[in-house]
Formats: sequence, structure tokens, C-alpha cells
Amino acid sequence: MQKGIIWRALLAVFAIFIAVVYLIPSLPVYERLSGWAKRILPQNKIHLGLDLRGGIHLVLDVDVDKAVENHLDRILDELRHDMRKNRIRYRGMKRDGLKGINILLMRREDLKRLEDIIKRQYPDFKIEKRDNTLILRLLAEARNRIVNMAVDQALETIRNRVDQFGVSEPDIRKQQKNTILVQLPGIKDPRRAIKLIGKTALLEFKLVDDEHSVTEALRGRIPPGDEILYQMKIDPGTGKVTKIPFLLKKRTMLTGEYITDARVQIDPRTNEPYVLLSFDSRGARIFARITGENIKKRLAIVLDKKVYSAPVIQDRIAGGRAQITGAFTMEEAHDLAIVLRAGALPAPVKVIEERTVGPSLGRDSIEKGIKATIIGGIVVTLFMAIYYNLAGIIADLALMLNIIFIMSGLALFGATLTLPGIAGIILTIGMAVDANVLIFERIREELRLGKGAIAAIETGYGRAFVTILDANVTTLIAALVLFQFGTGPIRGFAVTLSIGIVASMFTAIFITRIIFDYLYVLKGMKKVRI
Amino acid sequence: MEFIKPGINIDFIGKRKIAFFLSGSLIAITLFLLLWQGPRYGVDFTGGVVIQVRFDKRKSIQEIRNALKPVHLDDSIIQEFKESGISEYLIRVRKTNINLAGIHDKVKDALEARFGKGVDIRRVEMVGPKIGKELKQKALFAIFYSILFIAIYISGRFEMKWVMSIIMALALSVVVYAASSFGVKVTWLIFIAMILTLGLCWYLRLGYALGAIIALIHDVTITIGAFLITQKEISLAIVAALLTIVGYSLNDTIIVFDRIRENLRKSRKQPFALIINRSINETLSRTVLTSSTTLFVLLALFFLGGNVIHDFAFAMLIGIVVGTYSSIFVASPILLVWEKGFGTT
Repeated sequence: MQKGIIWRALLAVFAIFIAVVYLIPSLPVYERLSGWAKRILPQNKIHLGLDLRGGIHLVLDVDVDKAVENHLDRILDELRHDMRKNRIRYRGMKRDGLKGINILLMRREDLKRLEDIIKRQYPDFKIEKRDNTLILRLLAEARNRIVNMAVDQALETIRNRVDQFGVSEPDIRKQQKNTILVQLPGIKDPRRAIKLIGKTALLEFKLVDDEHSVTEALRGRIPPGDEILYQMKIDPGTGKVTKIPFLLKKRTMLTGEYITDARVQIDPRTNEPYVLLSFDSRGARIFARITGENIKKRLAIVLDKKVYSAPVIQDRIAGGRAQITGAFTMEEAHDLAIVLRAGALPAPVKVIEERTVGPSLGRDSIEKGIKATIIGGIVVTLFMAIYYNLAGIIADLALMLNIIFIMSGLALFGATLTLPGIAGIILTIGMAVDANVLIFERIREELRLGKGAIAAIETGYGRAFVTILDANVTTLIAALVLFQFGTGPIRGFAVTLSIGIVASMFTAIFITRIIFDYLYVLKGMKKVRI
Repeated sequence: MEFIKPGINIDFIGKRKIAFFLSGSLIAITLFLLLWQGPRYGVDFTGGVVIQVRFDKRKSIQEIRNALKPVHLDDSIIQEFKESGISEYLIRVRKTNINLAGIHDKVKDALEARFGKGVDIRRVEMVGPKIGKELKQKALFAIFYSILFIAIYISGRFEMKWVMSIIMALALSVVVYAASSFGVKVTWLIFIAMILTLGLCWYLRLGYALGAIIALIHDVTITIGAFLITQKEISLAIVAALLTIVGYSLNDTIIVFDRIRENLRKSRKQPFALIINRSINETLSRTVLTSSTTLFVLLALFFLGGNVIHDFAFAMLIGIVVGTYSSIFVASPILLVWEKGFGTT
């Protein structure tokens, strides 16, 4: 017996020691420790959830259909080019929804040649022939590849933007069903961050069609190969938005993919910020050619289908630089530079879930959570001490240890403490004493039957143990199911509840028993004060 | 110190008719409300937007509504509540046929245009309809699986009939799988699973499991009823609370059942009703004590924990009270009814 208790005590002390070691990095004390202490201690800290720190949680849905559409359109352009090169004439070719491309040829003899070209250069398609028509069907695995690539690329682009925006500890992850999870803790201006992340940022340079009239086009007579896009002019005084229509050539002369740098500059004449773009050598060559070939015409700068400006080309521009003006605020110009540097999203994204918690609410929640925990804890502690006397104080000790174990468990597993998680801890405080209540009630019963202290404690623990185990397993089942199906904050609740249940078994049964054994077996106390 | 004197002998079983009547009518009210008005789901499940906002000066709800008129959101539900003595407002937009992602912007702009800079957007929750549907599915499946696992655990652990419980689990899984492949809605799946579990418990002579499961269905139903009556919204956090209640309710029930089995072994001669009643009385002190410590901390959470956690604490409070009541007045008497019906336990 005596030997047993020493081993058990050692185990308990060891467990408590480990728990404290893991808890320290999460405490304010940690910051004041010297360098060597920080090196020895584990790095794991309790993470605070967004609901406590403040921040945004976004789920973005990548419009993968649009990505497939873009991909097919690109191939359509390339095919057209290849056919011209090989002198294959066609009557018509168009994208058939998301299924593929249909090509109607002039001459039947070309069918075989075109088929060979496609087989060689575009292996992503299954080819069907019908009279003079070649029907290209996008293969399922190719489609999946395009979709996956679009999502990966979107992920990468968003990560770049967030990095440049400057957020500490962002969490950006791919999820199922082509969605991306973005969690940004401690953001001060959530609206700005959401705009920055969600912008497609597709930059295009298009020529303005000055040969046809815009008014005619607005009446529905749009010349072939043209489109109408608008410029948004915001009156700084009234905030009223006016839409100015532009008739543009549909063909994109240059896109933002050749941009190497984008930065904010201030126009000394108007004192307004603008964004200066630099192209790589290939982009610069294209830009020089376009500007050289179209002097005195207007070149529209279009971002996400909105016209920003349409200056007249005065001369060939060789340096590979362009600027976007458009009455920006400093902030807008800064964010635009970021998205242009980080590149366009391969497909538009849509925010399908947003949970924003302002920093003030997060602080309030922590404060209130701690207050509720302390007050609940004090009431329970006092209650146990009064009701069960010495035994109650032992149970209270177990309760304190239990809370330490939960906290260090959270740090150890790198789990996140959320507001429902705090609720889980509070609940555990209420329920953790249950094990001790069961044991103490049993001991009281045994004492009433006339048993001695040691025997009563022995049977009390023995009988209560199975019941405690049974009762806790059911709560544990519920907690595990919750963890499996829950999201974010709810998972935090499931985690604290689970750790709390396991920890309470250890503290309320194992540790209290050591103290009882010490007092009554080793020290030979006679009267059980319970 | 003792609240409950040892040797106390309250005739709980004798009052089972009153208890059955009370429980029955509470459940009937819940079912009636459920069918008649339906539950109010939070944005987690319906999709929509909730915005919590604080102003530097107190505003009337009508003022806020007027401010939202230019952006056509004046049909939102606006609620005022006090947080540490300061008025805050919840603006709920329940439409889902508009661009939800833009609402945060619109509301902030509209409020700032009207009230100036003293507008503090404290919290925004926007859930698209697609996500809402997914979350609902997930929540329902969570409820379903917890019922399944717990049913297996109780029947196995309690009756020492692990084989039976595995048969039950298999039967349940097969039926549910078949039903779900026919496209049955999850709500009905849960209903089917519940009926089937009860039926199987009955058929396989799993009396304790039957009592425990009826008690937990009873607790969860009445807690939902409390939400229906108070017109509170059922959100993801509430589902978490319901599952915790499931765990807690069983916890209580198991402790009484454990004592019944122990007493049965000790005195086989005594009538079953007497043994049940004695067991309840013997564990009464523990039941009352644990429930009260749990209630204390939940009351602390309810009054001090702040608005975000308020409804969660409310659900747990109701659940603990009902769970305590049901382990005394519902679960054990059902054992007796069962025993009378079959003569075996």
C-alpha cells in the first residue's frame, strides 16, 4: 500500500509538472521569461479562436465553370490561329457551353488534317465527326485538372494578396467542393480585406471603337466584335454614381499577366494617387507594338469589366510602363497595386460564408467568459467545501488541477479556444465535481453502514468508479460526434468538453484518491470529515 | 452538511402517472408548435445575414429602420439588447435571393450615411443558402449519429448484450442507408432511426436502453419546445447544446440505472417497483447536488457570459433541469412499465 501510493503520487506530480510546463507559454508570464527559459519550454500555445481575437472567417466559392469556360475560350483562340497557319478554312467555330468546341469546316478534305492537329496538340478532347463538323468534347479528367488548377491558383493568388496586405497568422486552406477557407485574425478593417481577397483583378487593355457610335450600340445595334463596358464616375460631393458607356473592341490586346510590378504614385499636378505598372520584356514588346500600331486611337484600361480610363495613344510606348488613373483614394490605389502584383484570380470567387467579429467584441467575450468562469468556479468551490468539509476541499483541489489540465491540453494539441470552448470549460467545472459527488455520497453511505474510514473510502471509490466511467463515456460520445460534424467554434466546444471529461476522471478519481490514502492510510486519520 | 437526509423515501414511482401526464403534455405542446409554427432557425441553417452593431448614442429601432430604407433593407428584423449597460442592436436580413456578400457593406454605408462615424459593426454572420443547407445536414447527421452510438453503447454496456446491440446497429445502418439512397430527407431519417431504435429495443428486450433513450428524446424534445415557446432561434451552437444535453441526460439516467441493477442483485425477492424507488432515493442526493453545481455555473454563464453565448446557456439550463427530472420521473418508471409488460428485465 505504502509503495503503491508513492508511485501514484510520483505519477500525479509528473503529470501536473508536464501540464504546467505546457501551460506556461500561454500565460502572460511567458513574455517576461529570459531567453534560455523560452528555449527549454515547449512552443505550443493556446490559440484563440476568431470569435475571441476578432477577425474574419470567409468561405469562398471558386466559380470553376467560369474557369472551364475561360480555358475553352483560350483554346478556341489558339485553334483559330493554328487553322489560319495551316490554311484550314472554317464556316464557324464556337464553344459549346462547358462541353467543348464545335468547328464547322468549309471543305470536307480538311477534316482529317484538322483531326491530326488536334490529336497532336490538344489531347484533352475526344473527337467526334459529323458531316463537315468536328465536335470536340472536353474529357472528364481534363476538366477535373482544369478545375483543380483553378482552385489551386486562386488559393495561391489569395495567399499572395494576404501576405502583401500584412496579416499575422492567416489561415488559408482549400476545402471540399472547390471552396477556399480564409481566416484572418485581428483585422481592423474587415470590409477592405474582403474586397481585396474577392477581387478577380482581371486587367485588360482594349481598343475603343471610335468608328461606330456608342448611342447606336446602346440601342441594341452592337457592331460585331464589339462590346459595351461602363466607367463608373463617383461624384465626390454627392456620392452619386454615373455610368459612362464605352464601345470597345471585344478583343483583348494585353492582360495583366505580364505585370512584374505595380506601385502607387502621386500625380504632382492633381495630387491624386495612381497605379504605375511595369511589364516584363514580353509584355513591354506587346505594349510597344499595340501603341505603335494604334496612334491617335484610344486604349481603354479595363479592370474586372469596368473601364478605368481610356487615354488617347499619343506615341509608341516602349519602356513597358503604363498607369491606371481613376480618382482613387490612397487606400484604394494601394489595394489595387497589391492585387495587380499578386495577379488575377483564374476565375471569379464568391463569398458564401462570412463571419466577422470586431476586435472590441472579441475582447468583451474573453472578459465575460473569464468572469463567468471565475464566478461559477467560486460558487462551486465554496459549495463543495461547505457541503463536504475536508473532502470537499480535496475535490476543489482536483477541480483546479482539472482546469490546468484542460488549458495545457489545449496547448499540447494546438487546439483553438473559442467562446463555446469557454462555455465547455465552465460546464466541465459544473460536471467535473460530479465524479467526486458520486464517490463522496458512496463513502457517506458506507460510513453510515458502520464501516471504518479506510474501508469506506475503499468501497466508495470502487463502487463509484464503474458508474463514473459509464456516465462519462456517453458525454464523450456526444462530444466526439460534435467534433466530427461541427465547424469552427463548435469544434472548440467539443474539444474542451472532451479534454475536460478525460482530465476530470484523472483528477477526480486518481488524484483525490492519493490524497485520501495519504491522510487516512499513511497519516492514520480516523474520522472521515465528509 | 446534508440537504437530503439519508433514508429518505419519497414515493417517486407512485407519482409516475402525474409525471407521465406532465411530460406527455409538454411533448404534445412541443409537437403541436413544431407542426403549427415550425422552429425558427438561425442564419446558420436558413442562410442570411446577422449584423450586430453598437452606436455611440442610443438609437430607436425605428430610426435604424429608416436609415436602412435607402438600401431596401428596412424589412429586416431589428432587435435591441443591453450588453454591459450599453444598447446594441441585431439586424437580421433573412432574404437569400439577393447578393448576401454585399449586405455588410450596404448596411454599414447606410448607417454611417445616417448617423455619422459612431457606428461600430461588432459582428457579422453571413451564411449563403448553400452553406446553410450543408450545415443543416451536418447538424442533423450529428444528432442521428449520436443517437445511434449512444443506443449501441447503452444496450451493450447495460444489458451486457453486445451482440444484440451490434445487430441493432447493423439493422439501423441498413435501414438508414437504404432510406438515404432513396433520397429520404434527413429529418425523416432521424425520425425513422428513432422509431426503429425504440422498436428494436422493445423487440430485443433491451429495457434499460429503452428507458434511457426515451428519456433522452424526452429531454431534447422539451428543450426544443422551450425554444419554440420563447421564439428563440435554433443555431449551430444550440445543436451543440442539444447534443451535450443528450450526454448529460444519459449521465443522470445511467447513474440511477446502475443503482437499480446493483440493488436488484442484492435483493431479488423485493418487488421491482420498490427497488426502483429505493434506488432513486439513494441516488437522489447526488442527482440534486450535481445538477445544482451544474446549474450554478450555467446561471453564471447565462447572466454574465454575454449575448453571443446567451441562448446556448439557456438551452443547457433547460436541458439540465429537464434531464434531472426525467432521470427520476421518466426513465426509471418506464423500466417498471416495461417490466409489467414483459415480466422480465
